Amino acid sequence: MAVTDEQVIAGLESLRTTATVGFTERVADRLRLGDAYVQVDGPIGPLFVAYGARGISLVERVADAGEFEEEFLATFGRPVHRVDRAPELIQRVIEARVWGRPGQQVKVPLELDQLPDFERQVLLKVLEIPRGEVRPYAWVAAELGRPLAVRAVGNAVARNPIPFIIPCHRVVRSDGRIGNYGAGGPTAKRAVLESEGLDTSEMERLPAKGVRFIGSETTHIYCYPSCRNARRITDEHRVPFRSVEETRRVGYRACRVCRPVDAPFRAA
Amino acid sequence: MDDLLARLVTDLDGSFVDLVQMHQDLVFGVALRVVGDGASAEDVAQEAFARAYQALKSYPAERISELKPRPWLAQIALNLARNHVRSRRLHTELDDVANRVPSVEDGPVRLAERREDRRMWARLLAGLPDRYRLAVALRHVEGLSYEDLSVTLSRPVGSVKSDVHRGVALLRAAYDGEQRVAAQKEAV
Repeated sequence: MAVTDEQVIAGLESLRTTATVGFTERVADRLRLGDAYVQVDGPIGPLFVAYGARGISLVERVADAGEFEEEFLATFGRPVHRVDRAPELIQRVIEARVWGRPGQQVKVPLELDQLPDFERQVLLKVLEIPRGEVRPYAWVAAELGRPLAVRAVGNAVARNPIPFIIPCHRVVRSDGRIGNYGAGGPTAKRAVLESEGLDTSEMERLPAKGVRFIGSETTHIYCYPSCRNARRITDEHRVPFRSVEETRRVGYRACRVCRPVDAPFRAA
Repeated sequence: MDDLLARLVTDLDGSFVDLVQMHQDLVFGVALRVVGDGASAEDVAQEAFARAYQALKSYPAERISELKPRPWLAQIALNLARNHVRSRRLHTELDDVANRVPSVEDGPVRLAERREDRRMWARLLAGLPDRYRLAVALRHVEGLSYEDLSVTLSRPVGSVKSDVHRGVALLRAAYDGEQRVAAQKEAV
């Protein structure tokens, strides 16, 4: 029996092939369109900063470039290549976030899609903490409407893939202890905060005396000690507080800038 | 205007990868049809996208927004593949294209049969005169529309259509011819 056109066409269609695995990535890599990373100066030594079409995706203190590339591949499932200079926008964001260089307020493009929802919310909240100031883990939790999720906040901050840009070093314990830091431990954390003009020994001294908030005798407003409004209070008008309860007794209200809260439990 | 074309205009570097993703099978397939082996097809397909990228970089916005990506990319791939074959001919004889049907990681018996089948169709296709082979492959293997095909080959729709029909008819005849020969052999 003679073959039909349909059979011929079906036979031809069976010859259709797909491009080899990883083809798109190889083209992107060849055209330098995929993710790239640069080395830039950081407050406590140079940093690798990786970025792609969606924004900055991974930051680490400079060690082994090969390891950084491997970690990137393991995290995002695509390769990253090194370039000498980042595009203008990325460069500006790094300058502004890492060095606090003033410029127009640029929106920080970040790739956080790979993270669970809560972790992403935590990191975006941490992004709001101003340079040279610190907030407790409990503050982040309260701001997100989950005041008891202090430990979960701690875990999310510890896993921050974009340190220095997302300032996880500005998140400290409610009892004033500096807390952990993935990019080099408490010593590194102190050094980064000092580089932003924060007096960390002062910061740690107050809570050691049980002081959590500083109020102003003239305005009757209380703040976190590192809040820019607290730092403006002159010595003779500074009123130390140990808890929100204490501030209530004397009729002070919370600062609208730093929005101070009590830790849900003293241990936090 | 197509959303991807709009993004190619405003953010070429950010959206080009999506273009590659969308059309890589076509570009790779066109290259493979002409060059015959997977490794060369990969090279040609990569080069095709590199050329496409450079072209888009230099095109004015209107030209990009009026682009028809499939025939445009197919044409780039086709030209590069032809050049590739031409330069290779200078050095080596073309191996039997039919024996280099890209192997899909197939499993046991039934798939082996299917692979035999595919090999046969690839061989018959390779036996067609150039003019018909390409038209048939682009239409029925790669699935280009007649309109896209006419753009790719820079020839009128009517002419490519008749080449495709003629090519399919030749394949039918070739297939029937083989079957007859096989039957006669068995009879002897």
